[in-house]
Formats: sequence, C-alpha cells, structure tokens
Amino acid sequence: MSEVTPFRFYSRSHQVLLLGRRARSIPELLEGVRDLPPASIYYHTHRFLQQHHYLSPEPPNDFAYWVTNILNLDNLGESLASVDIMAHTQIEDLRRAIVEKLSDHVAAGKHMTTAPPGEEFHFMACKTFVIPTQYVAHDLKEFAEQLSKVTLDTLYFHIFEAPLRLKQEGNDFSTWFAALGHDELARKFAAFDPYTVTLQRLRLRLIATVNKYA
Amino acid sequence: MPDIRDYTDIVGQGVIEELFLLAERLDGKEIQNINSTAVGGGVAEILSRMIPLLKQLGVNARWDVIKGDERFFSTTKKMHNALHGVDSPISADEFEHFVQVNRDNAADMTFAKDVTFIHDPQPIALVERKTELGSKWLWRCHIDFTEPRMQVMDFLNPYIAQYDASVFSAPAFSRHLPIPQVLISPSIDPLSEKNKDIPQSVVDATLAQYGLDRERPIVTQISRFDYLKDPVGVIHAYRKVKKYIDCQLVLAGGGATDDPEGMQVLAEVREAAADDPDIHVLFLPPSSDLEINALVRGSSVVLQKSLKEGFGLTVSEALWKGRPVIASAVGGIPLQIAHKYSGILTHSIDGTAYYLKQLLQEPEYAEKLGKNGREHVRTNFLITRHIRDYLLLFLSVFYPGDIVRFDGARNDATP
Repeated sequence: MSEVTPFRFYSRSHQVLLLGRRARSIPELLEGVRDLPPASIYYHTHRFLQQHHYLSPEPPNDFAYWVTNILNLDNLGESLASVDIMAHTQIEDLRRAIVEKLSDHVAAGKHMTTAPPGEEFHFMACKTFVIPTQYVAHDLKEFAEQLSKVTLDTLYFHIFEAPLRLKQEGNDFSTWFAALGHDELARKFAAFDPYTVTLQRLRLRLIATVNKYA
Repeated sequence: MPDIRDYTDIVGQGVIEELFLLAERLDGKEIQNINSTAVGGGVAEILSRMIPLLKQLGVNARWDVIKGDERFFSTTKKMHNALHGVDSPISADEFEHFVQVNRDNAADMTFAKDVTFIHDPQPIALVERKTELGSKWLWRCHIDFTEPRMQVMDFLNPYIAQYDASVFSAPAFSRHLPIPQVLISPSIDPLSEKNKDIPQSVVDATLAQYGLDRERPIVTQISRFDYLKDPVGVIHAYRKVKKYIDCQLVLAGGGATDDPEGMQVLAEVREAAADDPDIHVLFLPPSSDLEINALVRGSSVVLQKSLKEGFGLTVSEALWKGRPVIASAVGGIPLQIAHKYSGILTHSIDGTAYYLKQLLQEPEYAEKLGKNGREHVRTNFLITRHIRDYLLLFLSVFYPGDIVRFDGARNDATP
C-alpha cells in the first residue's frame, strides 16, 4: 500500500461564457443543443448543482427548468429533468439524450409555445480551471479528515467534473480506494448517485462511509 | 476597509485559500483597471473595494481614471442612454471629440505590461494602443444593453472587436460578437454597512423610529423613487392583500432632490398611499445604509416589483439577510431567484399579491425560501465570487482552451 500515490485534492473554478445565442421556442432550443460546444451541454446540465448545491430537492437542469417554468410545458420539462446523467459517461451521449426528447416533442407537432420577451433561453458554456489544493491524503483516515475540510468545489470536481469532462474512468475517489486495495469501498463510492443529494449531504455520507473502512 | 481574511467566517476558509491559489498563478503579471470616475457610481464603488482586496491576494493590480471635458461627458451620457435603448442621437463631431479625448488620455497614460481592463464605454477607444503595446485587453460593459441603439453600436463595434474578451453582467446583454464573452455578475459586500450583521436591538430601534409595529407583518420595497421600480404597483398589490391580512407596507429609498422625475414619482406614491397609516413612504438620505439594513431585516417579505432592471442587486441584499423575496422576472433578477426555490418571480400586480398572501400566511415556507436565498447569494453574489471571476478572467487570456489544468508546481499549465 505504501507504493500507492497519495491522493491530492484538486479544486476547480468555472468561468462562465456567453455564446450570444438565445432560443425562444423548443425548435430553437433543439437547434442550439445540436450545435452547442460540449462545454455548453456540460454547463447547462450541471449549473444547478453548483449554484443551488444547498437545495434538496434540487432544481433540474437548465433546459428542464426553462421548459417547465417559462414555456409551461410540464410533461416535456419532467422528461428533460429525468435524463439520467449518471448513465451518460460522455457529454455527447448526454447531448443525444436531450436532443431525442426535444426532437420527439417537435415531431409530435407540439412546439407552438414561445417564451415572452426577456425570458428567452440564453446559451452559455464554461471554461474550467483545475488547481491542486494543499490537501493530500496518505490513507483512509487522513482522506476522511481532509474531505471534511475541502471546499464543495473540490468535492464537485472529483465527483462530477473529472469523470465527465476529463474523461476519467469512474470518480477519482473510487479509483484511489481500489489502488489502496479497498475494492468494496471503491464499489460503494462508484454506486453513489451524487445528482440527487446536496453536495453537503454527499460529503457527510462519503465521510461516514470512509470512516467505516479507516 | 476589510481585509480579505475577514470574509473567512462568511464564505469558509477554503474559498479564501482558493483565491490565494488563483492569485498565485498571476504572479508577475501587471493588471490595470481603467474607468472614467474615481468616485460615485457602481463601477467606482466596486473598484474601490476590489483593488485593495486584489492587492492583499498578491495581485499587482492598479486603477487609473481617464480625464475628459464637459463635452466628452455629455457625449458619454448620450452613449449611456443610447445603450439603454433611449433615442439619443450623437453627432459626428461628438464622436470625433470622444475619440480625441481617448487619444489624449492614451498619450498621457502609462499602460500595464500585461493586462488592461477597461470599464464601460468612456475609455473604450484606448484600445487603439493595443497592437503597439502587445498586451491583453479586456472590456467590461456594466450597462444593460439589451436593446441598444444601432448608431452607438455601429460606433463601438470596431473598438469592441479589438479586445481579447468582453464581460457582461447578465446573459440578456450578450450578443453576436467576434470576441469571447464572459458572464460576471455584480456582487454585494457582506461586510458593508448595508449588508453586515447587526444586533436585533438596532433592527427594533429602527422599526420603532419609523413607527412600524413589530407585531404585524411588514412588507418592504427598497428602491429609489422611479417609475421603473413601480412603487404605485406595489401599493396596489399591498391593497389586494390588506383586505385579508393586516400588514404594513414600507416603500423606502433615496433619490436626488434635484431629480424632477424622482420627486414626481414620490408625489404620486404619497397620493396613492393616501391616508393609510400602514403605508410608510420613507424618502431616505444617501447615508441611510444602516437604516436600510435594519428595515430589510425587520421585514416579513421584501418586494422588488421592477418593470425594468439592470441587475437588481437589492434582491441579493434582501436574500443575504435571509428574507423571502418576491420580485419581477426582469433584468438580472432571474439569476438571483430560482422561482419557488430561492424566492418568487412574478410578472404582474395580481401575481405579486397572490404570492404575497401565500408567503404571509405560510411563514415557514417563506423562511425556507429566505434561507435558500441566503445560501444562493453566499455562493454566487458575494464580493469573493466577484474577485474569483476577475482572477479567472485575467488568467483566461493567458491560458486558452476549455479546461486549464494546473498540476503540481506553479505555471505548469501550457499557456
């Protein structure tokens, strides 16, 4: 176990980019989702997690929020909110899932609703800066201690961003636990659905789980 | 003036540490901010707070102000109005003078070797020096330009195109531009007089001072007396609610006594309030930040029923105090409130009255909204987030790509 590289916690910050493009209707939203850069799909499906991380139940992704609250299309909104982000390990898969739901709606001829002026959907994206923090863990006990100190941005990076945007296999924590020989703990971490709890609750759950093995 | 570490108790040690980590990556870079006024106005206010904090983080930041004559500022006022969508024609001579004043300033000014950050349109033409200096240039438009007049955009566009990136305060201000556009929302300072924590005794004393009864619900709108803030609409909404709930209304705000329109609005508000003793119209002097702080903290619900809004930071100021807010879905307000999660968004007097009744009848739900709102502001609209966004903005011009990963030692990411 001594050969395993210590776990360094990273933090990440997002710069939000405006794409100068907006949608007033479902067909325009669909067109945008088809053309958007991957960083934009990522941003609109994850913004709520960062900006509203203290809320439970959390607001849905940006597309679902706009469709439900501005266009008042509850069924489509619910359908978009239910896109299982955990099931999509690639941004392009996620894009396909959203495009499919929007296309079905347009194909059914139910796309007459338009947003009132000033309430259009504004396409955005993000640029991510990843920075090493001072927190390093050499074993599970230290890991649990450090996990209680790092920012929610750090937790967010390792759980959400590293697997989806840096295309790493699984979440960083599971990978390190497996390297330490704690396969069961690694499997437990990999099976958490972090999209349905607040980041703070997720942190507490993760710490409690690690402490059982420390 | 607060120290950057004074914010630790509010945002957490990790957030402050992260600011230091980001600032470290700017080691050796010289950052210059330029605007057109040293005092007065939102831009000067935020720069006067931001520059000392950036310096404490170790950033070599400075702030310069351009000079101009009356004719120049009369032209920039017209530009400001035209960017807001007001018909405000500018003559060719005025444009020429505007450019000349910028060139005169450029000739006298010492520019930073790395980054020049221009605020608003007044100094926009300084960018003519960019190629010769070989530095990075950023332009921030603090103004709402949802529907700018084409004449002024046709004039500004060739200058905007020369910058490395532009910055806007709300998504609605974004447009087709040949340069990257960054979203940086304004922020509030939790340690300022208007927002800092105050003892309950100060709140009670302030309410007593203005004749407000703590035993009955208090509904408040804080804003200058301006048609666009719809204070008379607020009175109509209050009256619809008053039929069922014995509440009080506070309309508090300032305004220049030499602003004829403001005085006209104030007169109309007083007339609409008539002889209702539960409507308190408070015309406050500019030094009333502490009173405003106390009035908001003593309110059951805070309204911001604007018809048009730039960003509407009064919403964040109320949310930061944990108050439930009902506000119009205009300008930057939807960024601050997620409907039914961190507040209520409405579109009409009827809608405002409907939700006001609900929140006054269901104080537990109202408190939950207020609590969520405070957390939303903590994460997204405090000055520490604003500083982080500026640090990222300065870094972004040196590090291209969607993802910038700094591994291990400093300056190891590929610029």
